[in-house]
Amino acid sequence: MLEIKNLQVKLEEEDKQILKGVDLTVEPGSVHAIMGPNGSGKSTLSYVLSGRGGYEVTGGSAMLDGEDLLEMEPEERAAAGLFLAFQYPVEIPGVGNMTFLRTAVNAQRKARGEEEISAADFLKLVRAKAKTLKIDADMLKRPVNTGFSGGEKKRNEILQMAMLEPKMCILDETDSGLDVDAMKLVSEGVNALRDGKRGFVVITHYQRLLDHIKPDVVHIMAAGRIVKTGGPELALEVEQNGYADILAEFA
Amino acid sequence: MGLPQAKLDSTEARIAALSPLTGAAWIETAQAGALARLRAMGLPGRRDEYWRYTNPTGLNAPQAAAAAVFSVSDESPIYGNLDTLDIVFRDGVFDAGASDELSLEGVVIERLGEAALADIHWAKDVYGVLEERGQAPVQRPLAALNTAFAHDGILLRATGVVKKPIRFVYLHESETSDAMLHHVIKVEEGAELTVLENGPAAARFNKVMEVEVADKAAFHHIRAQGRDHERQAVTHIFARLGAESLFKSFTMTANGVMTRNEAVIELTGNDASAHIAGVALGDGDFHHDDTVFVTHDAVNCESRQVFKKVLRNGATGVFQGKILVKAGAQKTDGYQISQALLLDDNAQFLAKPELEIYADDVACSHGSTSGALDEDALFYLRARGVPRSEATDMLTLAFLAEAIDEIAAAEIAAEILDRLEGWLARRRG
Ligand SMILES: Nc1ncnc2c1ncn2[C@@H]1O[C@H](COP(=O)(O)OP(=O)(O)O)[C@@H](O)[C@H]1O
Ligand SMILES: [Mg+2]
Repeated sequence: MLEIKNLQVKLEEEDKQILKGVDLTVEPGSVHAIMGPNGSGKSTLSYVLSGRGGYEVTGGSAMLDGEDLLEMEPEERAAAGLFLAFQYPVEIPGVGNMTFLRTAVNAQRKARGEEEISAADFLKLVRAKAKTLKIDADMLKRPVNTGFSGGEKKRNEILQMAMLEPKMCILDETDSGLDVDAMKLVSEGVNALRDGKRGFVVITHYQRLLDHIKPDVVHIMAAGRIVKTGGPELALEVEQNGYADILAEFA
Repeated sequence: MGLPQAKLDSTEARIAALSPLTGAAWIETAQAGALARLRAMGLPGRRDEYWRYTNPTGLNAPQAAAAAVFSVSDESPIYGNLDTLDIVFRDGVFDAGASDELSLEGVVIERLGEAALADIHWAKDVYGVLEERGQAPVQRPLAALNTAFAHDGILLRATGVVKKPIRFVYLHESETSDAMLHHVIKVEEGAELTVLENGPAAARFNKVMEVEVADKAAFHHIRAQGRDHERQAVTHIFARLGAESLFKSFTMTANGVMTRNEAVIELTGNDASAHIAGVALGDGDFHHDDTVFVTHDAVNCESRQVFKKVLRNGATGVFQGKILVKAGAQKTDGYQISQALLLDDNAQFLAKPELEIYADDVACSHGSTSGALDEDALFYLRARGVPRSEATDMLTLAFLAEAIDEIAAAEIAAEILDRLEGWLARRRG
């Protein structure tokens, strides 16, 4: 479903190569975890896939179900079914969370040639999904992420994911800044979306999240490359020994 | 100290082209006083500090420059969903046929020309009086010019809670029209009045509105300045607020090569509240100037100035805003924000925010910013599937929200929002 081949990325404004040939294939229904030390390029990978500016692709490809992601505008990638849960969700004062959600849902529907969702149906849907994430009416009314706590922001990301029902979800450190309860909520939210077809890339530092969201494949990323790939046991190894041993193999 | 010759000449040239409205002694006295003030001040010049960012030449000239009439075909009239009492001016002249009957419960409505003939009239205590008070510490000669030479205008005296808004509709039909209107409004103790305005008015428009808000009275003003791009306008609102009164004024301006809106507000009764807000949307050779002066001269009053401008493609926005807190005006709560959203590198925002405080127990804050759209927010919206143009509009409206929120009535705010969305959509093409 998601096929990344030899992806090379540098900063647009600086001569700094960040991704140095990333290969990653995510099959439908599978959960891939990417772990790795800070600064190894995990967020960059997620941004480049979703089309954020400031990066220049210098080689390689990224396809979603046969479509060239790198050729598309960010909104087209979203409509094609790609979703990024941001490491740092953006605050947008002046735009109501609910308005934002409805605009996003309808924009994607429109792009796919589907009918817009009615206000009543939307409201019903959003309330039901918000409830399972313990997002109250107040949070839905407030401006997008504005003044939200770290945990609220992450839950809000998962709510958007649940509403947009993407094919391919990338979660960038969705566990950072969450306490145990919030982590459970978020994981349950993610697991509820696992339907055997939808693909996931879960970027995290900690084994902890992977106890809740069980990965099929674990990758270790370092210095702009995926340096090791294995099963869930690889995450445990990292948890116990840190990255040093793994990285030493490739030094 | 004499005026520079150039100033004298331009002032006399303008005066020579005008004649005052004829009327009873009360108005002639007011006109003569204003004319004397005008002669002493002279018309504004580019060297005047108060006109540093805005060129008054077109506003001063004896003849108005021609301005094309914009024919509106693609949108329904603004305030179309509201029940209003309409008072129509055509190129600055009252049109009885197009207006509603000037009768409404809780308010007395008169034309300036008729009131001027009365030997005794309440407007004597307001007409030119608030304007004169507003001439210090900063001079506003174009307002004195208006007091001296306006021929038309409406006098409103609200004595109760007026149920529906009174709307001034300013039609622009002649390409060379030069209009001057002077309205006088008195909201008596405990009364409430809403005045709406819309339309370009004329090729050139000089308008003064004097508003006396008595104790415990409330005045709401919402204005949409017309779409005719070539028109030029200078407007002044002078308001004096009594104890526990409320004054709220909101202006939306889209288009216009020259607009200078001055608001001069004096809080003279304790516990009064004055909010002045504006949004301006400019493209191309748009020039828009908000000049605001709020004087706190009583205890425990609150004032807010909220001005937002969206500029692109060569447009210029100006904000000069002052909060003056006089000695003894303790517990003043003053707030002022002026912000510009620059949609490209080719637009400019010139701001001069000022605080002058002579009391020690006050809370005043002011801020001014200008900047581009937040790229992170834009990407966030796009990453959720919202197309760039729509996301840009959402963020633009979000930027304006704080000013629009100053409109108290939801149904009026909806009308303004509708206009703003229309303007943005047209720019999107
Ligand atoms: N926009 C940017 N400007 C400057 N440096 C950047 C930018 N984006 C990423 N980097 C650099 O690229 C490297 C990878 O960063 P990032 O992708 O955030 O790593 P990770 O998510 O794995 O911690 C780091 O050295 C980071 O400083
Ligand atoms: Mg990161």
